[in-house]
Amino acid sequence: MPKRDDIHHVLVIGSGPIQIGQACEFDYSGTQACRVLREEGIRVTLVNSNPATIMTDPEFADATYVEPITTEVIEQIIAKEKPDALLPTLGGQTALNAAVALHEAGILDKHGVELIGADMDAIQRGEDRQQFKDVVIKAGGEVPRSAVCHSMREVRDTVADLGLPVVIRPSFTMGGLGSGMAHTWDDVERIAGNGLAESPTTEVLIEESVLGWKEYELELMRDHDDNVVVVCSIENIDPMGVHTGDSVTVAPSMTLTDREYQHMRDIGIAVLREVGVDTGGCNIQFAIDPADGRIIVIEMNPRVSRSSALASKATGFPIAKIAAKLAIGYTLDEIPNDITKATPAAFEPALDYVVVKVPRFTFEKFPGADPTLTTTMKSVGEAMSLGRTFQQALQKALRSTETKAAGFWTRPDPAGATLESTLEALKTPHDGTLYTAERALRLGATVEEVHAVCKIDPWFLDQIAQLVDLRAEIQSAPVIDEPLLWKAKRAGCSDAQIAALRPELAGEEGVRRLRLRLGLRPVYKTVDTCAAEFAADTPYHYSTYEEETEVAPSSRPKVMILGSGPNRIGQGIEFDYSCVHAVQALREAGYETIMVNCNPETVSTDYDTADRLYFEPLTFEDVTEVHHAEHTSGKAGDGPGVVGVIVQLGGQTPLGLADRLAEAGLPIVGTSPSAIDAAEDRGVFGRLLDELGLVSPANGTATSYEEAKEVAERIGYPVLVRPSYVLGGRGMEIVYDEESLDGYISRATEASPEHPVLVDRFLDDAIEIDVDCLCDGEDFYLGGVMEHIEEAGVHSGDSSCALPPITLGGAVIEQIRDYTAKLAFGIGVRGLMNVQYALKDEQLYVLEANPRASRTVPFVSKATAVPLAKAAARIAMGARIAELREEGILLPSGDGSDPGPDAPISVKEVVLPFKRFRTVEGAGIDAVLGPEMKSTGEVMGINGSFGLAFAKATLAVYGKLPTSGKVFVSVADRDKRAIVFPVRRLVDLGFTVYATKGTGLVLKRHGIDFTPVARHSGEHDETETDAVGLIASGEVDLVITTPSASTGPRTDGWEIRSAAVVADVSCVTTIQGAAAATMGIEAAARGELTVTPLQELHQRLRGAE
Amino acid sequence: MSSRAPAILVLEDGRVFRGEAYGSVGETFGEAVFSTGMTGYQETLTDPSYYGQVVAQTAPQIGNTGINDEDDESRRIWVAGYVVRDPSRITSNWRAKRGLEDELAAQGIVGICGVDTRALTRHLREVGAMRVGISSRSTDADTLLARVKASPEMAGANLVDAVTTAEPYTYEAVGDTRYTVAALDLGIKRNTPRRLAERGITTTVFPADSDAETLLAGNPDAVFLSNGPGDPATADHQVSVTRKLLQRRVPVFGICFGNQILGRALGLGTYKLKYGHRGINQPVLDRLTRKVEITAHNHGFALAPPKSGEFFETEFGRVQVSHVCLNDDVVEGLTCLDVPAYSVQYHPEAAGGPHDADYLFDRLTALIDNNEGAKADA
Repeated sequence: MPKRDDIHHVLVIGSGPIQIGQACEFDYSGTQACRVLREEGIRVTLVNSNPATIMTDPEFADATYVEPITTEVIEQIIAKEKPDALLPTLGGQTALNAAVALHEAGILDKHGVELIGADMDAIQRGEDRQQFKDVVIKAGGEVPRSAVCHSMREVRDTVADLGLPVVIRPSFTMGGLGSGMAHTWDDVERIAGNGLAESPTTEVLIEESVLGWKEYELELMRDHDDNVVVVCSIENIDPMGVHTGDSVTVAPSMTLTDREYQHMRDIGIAVLREVGVDTGGCNIQFAIDPADGRIIVIEMNPRVSRSSALASKATGFPIAKIAAKLAIGYTLDEIPNDITKATPAAFEPALDYVVVKVPRFTFEKFPGADPTLTTTMKSVGEAMSLGRTFQQALQKALRSTETKAAGFWTRPDPAGATLESTLEALKTPHDGTLYTAERALRLGATVEEVHAVCKIDPWFLDQIAQLVDLRAEIQSAPVIDEPLLWKAKRAGCSDAQIAALRPELAGEEGVRRLRLRLGLRPVYKTVDTCAAEFAADTPYHYSTYEEETEVAPSSRPKVMILGSGPNRIGQGIEFDYSCVHAVQALREAGYETIMVNCNPETVSTDYDTADRLYFEPLTFEDVTEVHHAEHTSGKAGDGPGVVGVIVQLGGQTPLGLADRLAEAGLPIVGTSPSAIDAAEDRGVFGRLLDELGLVSPANGTATSYEEAKEVAERIGYPVLVRPSYVLGGRGMEIVYDEESLDGYISRATEASPEHPVLVDRFLDDAIEIDVDCLCDGEDFYLGGVMEHIEEAGVHSGDSSCALPPITLGGAVIEQIRDYTAKLAFGIGVRGLMNVQYALKDEQLYVLEANPRASRTVPFVSKATAVPLAKAAARIAMGARIAELREEGILLPSGDGSDPGPDAPISVKEVVLPFKRFRTVEGAGIDAVLGPEMKSTGEVMGINGSFGLAFAKATLAVYGKLPTSGKVFVSVADRDKRAIVFPVRRLVDLGFTVYATKGTGLVLKRHGIDFTPVARHSGEHDETETDAVGLIASGEVDLVITTPSASTGPRTDGWEIRSAAVVADVSCVTTIQGAAAATMGIEAAARGELTVTPLQELHQRLRGAE
Repeated sequence: MSSRAPAILVLEDGRVFRGEAYGSVGETFGEAVFSTGMTGYQETLTDPSYYGQVVAQTAPQIGNTGINDEDDESRRIWVAGYVVRDPSRITSNWRAKRGLEDELAAQGIVGICGVDTRALTRHLREVGAMRVGISSRSTDADTLLARVKASPEMAGANLVDAVTTAEPYTYEAVGDTRYTVAALDLGIKRNTPRRLAERGITTTVFPADSDAETLLAGNPDAVFLSNGPGDPATADHQVSVTRKLLQRRVPVFGICFGNQILGRALGLGTYKLKYGHRGINQPVLDRLTRKVEITAHNHGFALAPPKSGEFFETEFGRVQVSHVCLNDDVVEGLTCLDVPAYSVQYHPEAAGGPHDADYLFDRLTALIDNNEGAKADA
């Protein structure tokens, strides 16, 4: 069946902000979908509130709405755009839920919009646990014994029947949110209680435990003609009990015979048909009893999922792209296989390599959070790697995650680790289970013993045991000769790992020299979907140590762009955005672009993005080898080879490699590594500021606690302390007195001459300002000025901000422009730079300058209609700002410092993951903002006025904005005066006020009535509801609470914020945030929010030229 | 692992791959082919169609699930040699009875491991299937090359007699026998009579040199032509048997080698594919239903497509090319429109591979039923 001719206009819903369980894989899938639909001549309307996505770049849709993904807003878009159809399966659970809501509200029918790629009944059958269970049984599969419960009483009866342990899963939540394994009755009460509250349908499933069983996933696709293919099988190394997003996974499955695999495939296809997935992709999870092979179907996602992105990258089969084509009527046999070009997409990929995915966690960001891995996803990112063997792929994946340990043996064992303690640790799944398993095997445990405690399949454990044997061989060999080094490299060992085992080789550099002397270099194989059965047209490569390389010679000048590696807090999709833009700009300018990255969720690792894709770890060794291979292939093609390596766009990961790459002779383009260092080096940067006559907060550097104390006394408390060289404010804290300084130094750092601690005077109540700019050495271009809504001290990545600034006068902005230009020229920037300022008492302080792409580049680019990263990439390759103005990449005249009086206001708001985490005891964790970045993603609200833009941003984050109801207020003493005005406005809007005594008293004196609420601790009257109880009951619609100076656990503020997080109540923790929220609520209550496509806004912005 | 002896693989065109001894230590020769299945090595090894071939597995991790007592597709391993990238040191599966390498050694199968199997596959893809030798006894490439060149070629090889059963035997239907089928064993896999039995068919398996009278002596409802190794151009005896069956309007179902025999009986020629179809992910279009099925393949030869395209005239009436491979348009199945016969080039019995083509066994029972009806009408 060819393409349908009755669909001319499709609405695509994106997945909104990045959050745990729903990351940039949906930017990848959505971007593919938009591209495909437009290639088919279909008009595309897109809604997505996340500005840091490639899909929301104006060229990917005909009308791009960076607007909240809510029923009301989407209805407005539908009414305005009148699409024929809605494609909801490529934007994760968010898009699917939005489509269900639109359907249930009758909006799709009302406007005659057809749902494509999904069927409402099928969604229900796939997502509703009881219905799904029935479907599986009807399809001939088995399910765990279970019952759906709607009350705690039903829960208790069911558990009594099934026996502990049980799995508890709330219905209709994303990423397994709220689910968990209950081993005790206390666990049952806690998890099921929370689960009932989390579930939009007040429903939890209680299920027989299949803990420790083998876990598998299949990625399937179906077309209108009922043709079905299995794109990929994925085996979880972590057995059942750990969320698949938190598991180390392998593709294809490693430990199934054909008989078992085909049985699983048959069940999967039968379930898919029984559910009635219309067209497109779906993911089904299975558990297999290792004792007898009994297969149980766990769940399905009737849409493109995180695993689909992984499967697409693992196999070269572009699931999202094909899903979009199937949705508009094509069948699988009508769609060509992208990679071979000669064969159709109706086939099942055959892999001749092994793929390993390793999750990336950031528990260090959330002190107090339980780091045990459960059925609730907690990881924030992942790295994938490909190798010709499992061992190779595993070792590459481990070093791709950029944790402290870069693969086995690169960090000392924990002090005092014994075989007993190690085996004990293996009983609980945790971040780094495989490291622990390796240690157990190395300390003498057998594969059987390790299997007995962690249930990981013996095959995987034996693979690790082989690495342990190899380690012994490397350690004991009299000399590392060619056969042994070859063997180690084939097993995936990095030079650094070998160096760690053989100190006499003089480190990684020594091993590298030895390796090159012996002539050992990796070759590059191709991901071709067909195990070499057909010639591949697409250069998607991975390294291995074997005989034959497949890198084809080419003559065009090449530019390598280094990506940002696994997502983590502080380094996410924003950097991938800049990398993709660089690729686009340089491809257009005639360069052959070479992408190096290891994050399967991203657009940059789509084999369509760059001319050549290397799915490789971002380490010195792996990057220099790619460079060598590409440079050689360029020379072989009589071309110039690699003429540039771009490290400034991928965040800290590639930046951290810059010096060594430059030393190794790689042509780093753009701002030089030494200039980058100069900006990071406190002393050098301080001298530069002095030269330029710019001011920074008083500061000093300390290599011990004593020094830190001296510095703090000299510059005065409060001080901001942090380790040098960080991204995302890791380990950063505001310290108000000597005692907490001592605490910080001993807890958070290892202050030493190698790891100095930076101490800055902290500017209370200052306005923080972020600036992104471009410089080519002769010319300067200011991209945009963002005014933070939170005061200085909240990490810029966690602050909401407005562009253009809403309170800054022209003179200040002129000064900012002047300062920024001076800095850019002073540092020697050739490309992008981000500068952070604090404005206090009319004095502009330079907080820091980072000569690289910043997190805000996508936001600024969308808010100002200027693609800054594209310009930066061109500048890096020698283009002039004047040239880029002529080409139309930059504005022909003027820049972001003067957007004009009619420019819309753009507000960026952040999404915080506190809800995901619980303490070991099951309580919520502290939701306070500070200098350490904690947000996972961001949204953008655009409107003519600040209030409405802020309201939209809030709506995009929370899905709702209270316009009346109850507000609870409790603020620190210093904020008590400032809170009066916002609260008065809320009262005028009809809110009733609940407040703690101190805050309430101040309000009362300003004529605001309030209901007093006891604080959680202290003068507790038995009859009185306390603040925590009030919030937990869900009666409150808005919480305004600002932290007092001491923010340890167990203070009142901590309990209040945690309760708000658990109850999912909008919680404002800064005084500025409260003022902005009030303006937003006011604006929303007064006028209707209107929607405008980005294309129209951009035309307005650029039309003013 | 480190105790493995060095081994060498030499192709007829002189290309040499080095690796380590795997399975039995020794020397072996055959036709080099690659199989892209990611599961099912036990089924592959015991598939008689691989007789005379040195099989390279493109999937790198082999032997993980060992060998069990249920998945053998015949009485022994048939491959002439085995080439893998990374053999498993242990066995991990609840059904496993012994390790793969032990089994290879016990059956005297010479293998090689640690080879760049992808490079080997690409070479075979570009240059074509060719003769190969593996030695873990001597690693002298020139000596081995000379011996490779002296070894027999696949084209023109009659291998069926080596793999067929010596005596007829019967495989009982599950439950009551609704139909009986006579199967001509050209290298039949166990899963075929098993699949037939599930449909109430009792199958009697006959040696390859049986004549039509022998096959029909028990008055079967249909005759099945199995898969098997070698060049179909040499199977003149089976072609003439098949022609007799068609003349008598006996329902015939052929797979793989059996498809080529039916095709030849209908007047089509056969040819050797450059590197064959061997894997379990091959998309085939069934032109009767317009459905795409993912199928298991193992064939180095194919039927020459009729000049007239999808339909062609034969002395047995009109015939449709009912199945084609979507990858390369190779003829994958024939359906006779005027006599009760059909065949496919691939493996509906799977093992290993997906079960999408299982419906072809239902077509056999339908064909028998229709044929009975036709006979009754006549």
